[in-house]
Amino acid sequence: MRPTVHLLSEELIERIVAEARDLLCTLGVEIHNPGVLELLHGHGARIDAAAQRAFFTPDIIDRSLESAPHGFKLYDSLGQEAVDLSGDRTNYTPGSAAITILDHGADRSRRPAAADYVRYAKLMCGLPNLASQSTAFIPQDVPEKIQDSYRLYLSLGFCEKPVVTGCFTVEAFELMKDLQLAVRGSAEALAARPLTIFSCCPTAPIKWSDVTSQNVVDCARFGIPVEYISMPLSGFMAPVTMVGSLIQHTAETLSGVAISQLTRPGTPVLYGGSPAVFDVRYETTPMGDIGTMMIDCAYNEIGKSLGLPTQAYIGLSDAKLLDAQAGFESAAGALLAALSGINNCSGSGMLDFESCFSLEKLVLDNEICGSALHLLRGITPKEDFPARARFEEMLAEGHLLISAHTRRHLRQEHYLPGPVIDRANKSRWAEEGGKTLGERARAEVERLVAAHRPVRLDSGVKQQLTRLMNAAALRAGIDRLPVSI
Amino acid sequence: MDLLTRLSESLQGGDADQVAELTRQALAAGLAPKPILDQGLIAGMTVVGDRFKAHEIFLPDVLLAAKAMYAGLDLLRPLLAKAGVATGGRVVIGTVRGDLHDIGKNLVAIMLRGAGLEVIDLGKDVAPERFVAAAQEHGAQVIGMSALLTTTMPVMRQVVDLCRERGLYGKVKLIVGGAPLSAEYAREIGADAYCFDGVNAVDVVKRYLGTA
Ligand code: B12
Repeated sequence: MRPTVHLLSEELIERIVAEARDLLCTLGVEIHNPGVLELLHGHGARIDAAAQRAFFTPDIIDRSLESAPHGFKLYDSLGQEAVDLSGDRTNYTPGSAAITILDHGADRSRRPAAADYVRYAKLMCGLPNLASQSTAFIPQDVPEKIQDSYRLYLSLGFCEKPVVTGCFTVEAFELMKDLQLAVRGSAEALAARPLTIFSCCPTAPIKWSDVTSQNVVDCARFGIPVEYISMPLSGFMAPVTMVGSLIQHTAETLSGVAISQLTRPGTPVLYGGSPAVFDVRYETTPMGDIGTMMIDCAYNEIGKSLGLPTQAYIGLSDAKLLDAQAGFESAAGALLAALSGINNCSGSGMLDFESCFSLEKLVLDNEICGSALHLLRGITPKEDFPARARFEEMLAEGHLLISAHTRRHLRQEHYLPGPVIDRANKSRWAEEGGKTLGERARAEVERLVAAHRPVRLDSGVKQQLTRLMNAAALRAGIDRLPVSI
Repeated sequence: MDLLTRLSESLQGGDADQVAELTRQALAAGLAPKPILDQGLIAGMTVVGDRFKAHEIFLPDVLLAAKAMYAGLDLLRPLLAKAGVATGGRVVIGTVRGDLHDIGKNLVAIMLRGAGLEVIDLGKDVAPERFVAAAQEHGAQVIGMSALLTTTMPVMRQVVDLCRERGLYGKVKLIVGGAPLSAEYAREIGADAYCFDGVNAVDVVKRYLGTA
């Protein structure tokens, strides 16, 4: 039995969805993109051009939900299946697009550079519980124009895992798409075996900016999966109640599904989000808040009821350092997400309201995610009935350490975390240096980065990636990238 | 309890009707607009600000009080102007070009208005030229710039440079904010201050205007 958490009744889900649909049709969606308004108009939406509003029809919503896939898979850069985003399968991926990086032992974060990104991508190869990588932070030693695309280039160059990413501008899409085409060889191959997911954000309340709605359209044209990141901020840019925020989230996300599906029916999408309870004392959007996590888990139930795979920014923390708050908030989120059945959980490695990335935290989070995935395997009998023989064996041998039953099942039944989780007795711990969690995590980072093996992409593909990136760098005004693959 | 204390207290409670009524009464009783402003409205907002910082009340309470303050201030403004009393300063604010994040900027604008300042909000995706032109046009004492993306914060430097070019630098205070910003970055680009939140922005702007 898969352990599961439920927060909403079926009846409440129905009422929330009905209300959201009504908002889309009667209040409409503000869309700052003439092309997208035109697209919706072509499918029967009434448009108020002056107000840049589209009034959806029930038919648009129904057809979009019909053509959206119930799940999809991501494939690594070699074309192997890597992530299954369907049913109630839960996967974890690092948080995305952090502004700063926290070094081990530092009390302040700093701006990251390309060399940091390479260490991150190498580390990602060694973390088995994170099925995909993400473009986790922004190297700031290249011109702004290529900061978003350069992350993808480095990710593809140093790690084979599929990538959760996104653009900051309309223009960046072209290069980020071309990098993927270079890996897969053709547009058909890319659509058949998606390599990335692009995050695209509606704006609260129920709006789409020019940039992000264009990103949705561009991704759909190439069959690139999209996750809609709706961010109702409860009590500020969304109703203060959980239900009110869920209604808004549902409307914003359904509007995204429609833009994708009308552009190209069958485009893979994730019913995603990064909602937050607005903290009225500090003017902040806490990701580690229990209410934030409740909204995440609840909209996951709504997405599933609509037949869509889901995503959430969950399993991350607002702490500034790798401290107990960081562990508490990340673990609470990762566990709840697993119990809820969110398909892709973005957040590992992240601190400070999605602003700061820590490689050491990534190592810790890999263990948190591993523990959560273990929980999901649930409890099932394995040669346990009848039980008598096992107990006779124990009485005869005095223990079961070398029993065949133990050896057959040990690795599945027990989750054995890596060295970042302290399991030594106190004397041994002291003898081995009395290391703090941060020090153990740091050592793991160093070990895994050193163990990195080159990505097995064809050298021709690597060269093509570098040619594309170099050309973009030249256009952005530099003739040399800080790191090439 | 005297009238101005009651005025201050109804403002703290966010009762706009009561604030307007008591302001009228104070004027009718012959009190000058300046003490009504200082000992009634501003005294009330100061208490509200302190209680907010102490976590006794929350942001919605502050904004409600600010709204109530305006119910009184709107009545006093023409009289204060006639008496030659300045009622605060002008701030031009916006999110820089290429950046669509405006929630934080909006909140800062609300809080500056709540503190009695006039705010000219240019919205988001604002070109450097517009910041400078608006500051000149409105005779603003402060330009506030917001950026939430690492890729857009360099636009702030362009605004600073343009201020230098137009001779505004040093005359108009330049303040910046948003997740990727920091005091060091503000210094690096030649801005006057970095503010980490709305409360902080109010403190800094008031200091510049000499009304803190
Ligand atoms: C909400 C949000 C959005 C909303 C914005 C809605 C809106 N109308 O503003 C939406 C969903 C639309 C959005 C879109 C995107 N976002 Co966004 N977003 C956020 C989020 C989660 C919170 C920002 C926020 O509103 N906070 C609440 C307010 C109250 O706080 P604040 O903005 O910090 O403002 C306070 C202070 O900073 C200060 N302040 C701010 N401005 C100013 C100005 C002055 C003058 C002063 C004095 C003070 C001041 O006072 C404010 C009040 O306390 C941040 C995460 C973060 N850590 O900030 C990401 C974040 C900023 N976004 C990010 C990204 C990547 C994007 C997108 C590019 C994603 C995409 N691919 O579509 C797009 C942007 C497209 C574009 N060109 O702009 C990244 C930035 C990464 C980077 N390295 O630059 C962040 C850090 C999240 C992440 N890690 O991915 N986003």
